[in-house]
Amino acid sequence: MRSKFFGGVHPDPRKELSAGRVPTPLPAPAQVVIPMAQHIGAVCTPLVQPGDTVAMGQKIGDGPGLCVPVHASVSGRVAAVEPRPHVTGREVLSVVIENDFQDTPSRELSPHPNPDALTAEEIVTIIREAGIVGMGGATFPTDVKANTGIGKVDTLIANACECEPYITADDALLCTHAANVLRGLSLMRRVLEPERTVLGIEDNKPEAIAKLRQLQEEFPDIEVAVLPTRYPQGAEKQLIQALTGRQVPGGALPASVGCAVFNVATCASVYEAVYKGRPITRRIVTVTGEGIRTPMNLIVRIGTPFSQVVEAAGGLTEDIWKVISGGPMMGVAQRDLRASVIKGTTGILCLTARQNGEVAHPTCIRCAKCVAACPMKLQPLYLYRFEAAGDLDQLRRLHAMDCIECGCCAHLCPGKLPLVEKIRAAKKRLKEASAQ
Amino acid sequence: MNLSTTSSPHVKGRDSTARLMRDVVIALLPALLVGVWVHGPRALLVTLVSVASCLLAEGLFRLAIRSHNTLPDGSAVVTGLLLAMTLPATVSYWAVALGGVFAMVVVKGLFGGLGQNIFNPALSARALLLLLWPAQIVRYAAQGQALPLWGSTADVVTAATALHDMVRPAMPDVSWAQMLLGNMAGAIGETSALALLAGGIYLMVRRVISYRIPAAYLGTVAVVTLLFSRGQPPFAWMAAQLLSGGLLLGALFMATDYATSPVTPVGQAVYGVGCGLLTVLFRYFGLFPEGVTYAILLMNAAVWLLDRLTAPRRFGTVKGGAGR
Repeated sequence: MRSKFFGGVHPDPRKELSAGRVPTPLPAPAQVVIPMAQHIGAVCTPLVQPGDTVAMGQKIGDGPGLCVPVHASVSGRVAAVEPRPHVTGREVLSVVIENDFQDTPSRELSPHPNPDALTAEEIVTIIREAGIVGMGGATFPTDVKANTGIGKVDTLIANACECEPYITADDALLCTHAANVLRGLSLMRRVLEPERTVLGIEDNKPEAIAKLRQLQEEFPDIEVAVLPTRYPQGAEKQLIQALTGRQVPGGALPASVGCAVFNVATCASVYEAVYKGRPITRRIVTVTGEGIRTPMNLIVRIGTPFSQVVEAAGGLTEDIWKVISGGPMMGVAQRDLRASVIKGTTGILCLTARQNGEVAHPTCIRCAKCVAACPMKLQPLYLYRFEAAGDLDQLRRLHAMDCIECGCCAHLCPGKLPLVEKIRAAKKRLKEASAQ
Repeated sequence: MNLSTTSSPHVKGRDSTARLMRDVVIALLPALLVGVWVHGPRALLVTLVSVASCLLAEGLFRLAIRSHNTLPDGSAVVTGLLLAMTLPATVSYWAVALGGVFAMVVVKGLFGGLGQNIFNPALSARALLLLLWPAQIVRYAAQGQALPLWGSTADVVTAATALHDMVRPAMPDVSWAQMLLGNMAGAIGETSALALLAGGIYLMVRRVISYRIPAAYLGTVAVVTLLFSRGQPPFAWMAAQLLSGGLLLGALFMATDYATSPVTPVGQAVYGVGCGLLTVLFRYFGLFPEGVTYAILLMNAAVWLLDRLTAPRRFGTVKGGAGR
């Protein structure tokens, strides 16, 4: 049976490179660089100064508005608070900590004595204080999503699709800690009080599905929906459509159609925050691709430089072409290995020149494959054309802002047009025009 | 270490323009081989002249405008094959060559090249030749008749095609087997329904084309010729209309040309219906027995409008609100 979201593609999965291996902890580095921007929203204000001593898990940045705190992922001394290279390609204010290798825990941290007695508000507060954001890569503040959903959500969805090729971080998490995911999801149930709670997973993760099935008796209120694999099933709007048939209108939040979606790693973080008193200080990162010698899943401290993660996986091959933060469809190509792992870093993907499908002269032949593949029902070829012409009225008429940048169009394009790049530019133009 | 930082997506599918064009060439081969079998070596030479003139014209035009070489994309070969297949084997070589140059330079190159042209290059060239030398373009030799490889074909005895018979109107003077296999009078690549269908199905299986345009086009012709039948029994009349002339070649290979057909699913269906209606209209009331060329060219002109009017419904605007 075909999953019921629109369009989509079947990219080469390549998950076998890193799948089926228990994630191994990467020893903490001598120095971590923790960016103050690890979420969608306002950049945190640093709460520490150079020279300060910090404990593991201590809050080192926070701010008002759409902002969640960040925490020290090691204990030690603050060496610097300054702009450093960030996965987005910009320089972002970061706290640099010299590791004392003691992992002295912060006194702020303690497991809640009676988690079963917590109210919805108290759980949301813990989520915020633990710095939890969407760990599937989108990094939207989880407390905000929970708060906007209270009273509106009838369907709570856990996202285990991990539809990006190559990446197996969520798969590895489910294979080793499925119970934590479901406990975290149960906590979200207590916050949102939905009628239906469903975990959506693609059928290319049999081991994770088996683990979830084993836990079915313990969590009878959570339905596990196994979906036929198709990219971008794990995109929020597409997963909602696949599981409920509902369509989130352009510019609206999932709560407007009664849904809330949380990635499984986010759910596990909620469990750790409430039951263990742990903020986000590490995450599973898939280091993979043809361009790395030993693809694997690693448990990495937040703030670990890419260079050290890559080294731990045997280093890059000679014919390296791209190092990508995230997956091959939506990840961000890095100009070097200086950026550090943040909360949304699902993977570090290394590709070689053999994976380079770009051509010297991209040409649209109007084959219409992009129109058929677009899960948002857009017409990428016309968005491309009107961006080139700078025609903002046409871009608005064709709903350029609806684009989720999933990359189906450009992946499929026989003429190899940089469709996503141009549509991203179109969205930027439209945002700038409406800001004036 | 020099890392590339180009935009996502970082992996691309296996499809390329050259691969799609190669598939079209493969799909055209059966019908072309039938043409050579029926009309002899002259049909092959006409095809070679057509392909060569298209390649030469495209190559020289790109040089003249100082742009990159586009010959490896294979589109000039496809246009050359398609043009030859719409022409009778008796056509003079210089007319074919002129058609190839017109298709590549005027219809395609001057409009911006691959993907930018409004009108189908092969059909435009055929339309031009038909206007300039109508006697040459509708001079069809009977199947199996020996054609001189060199020199004039002016004294070749011409034969009526199935469509000529149906203009009278009367049921055509050919058997169903001839219509399916293609051993009858007609243009080089248009006579064998089976070979054309095999090619069309190949393109659909390979997902080079979708079924929408051919289905809408052929379905419309079927319904209209059945409702307004001019021969008995009506179903036989309908079948003869579907299997004769350039309809299958047009519906499967010309109307599905990417550059000159709509990109939206609804637009493609409307476009196919339009092609079907105009084809029957021209066949029934036009100056020439065949109407496929002008039907498709007229609908080419409507593609931009069709795409605009049939844009897919915006995500999240399902009838009755947000889908709850």
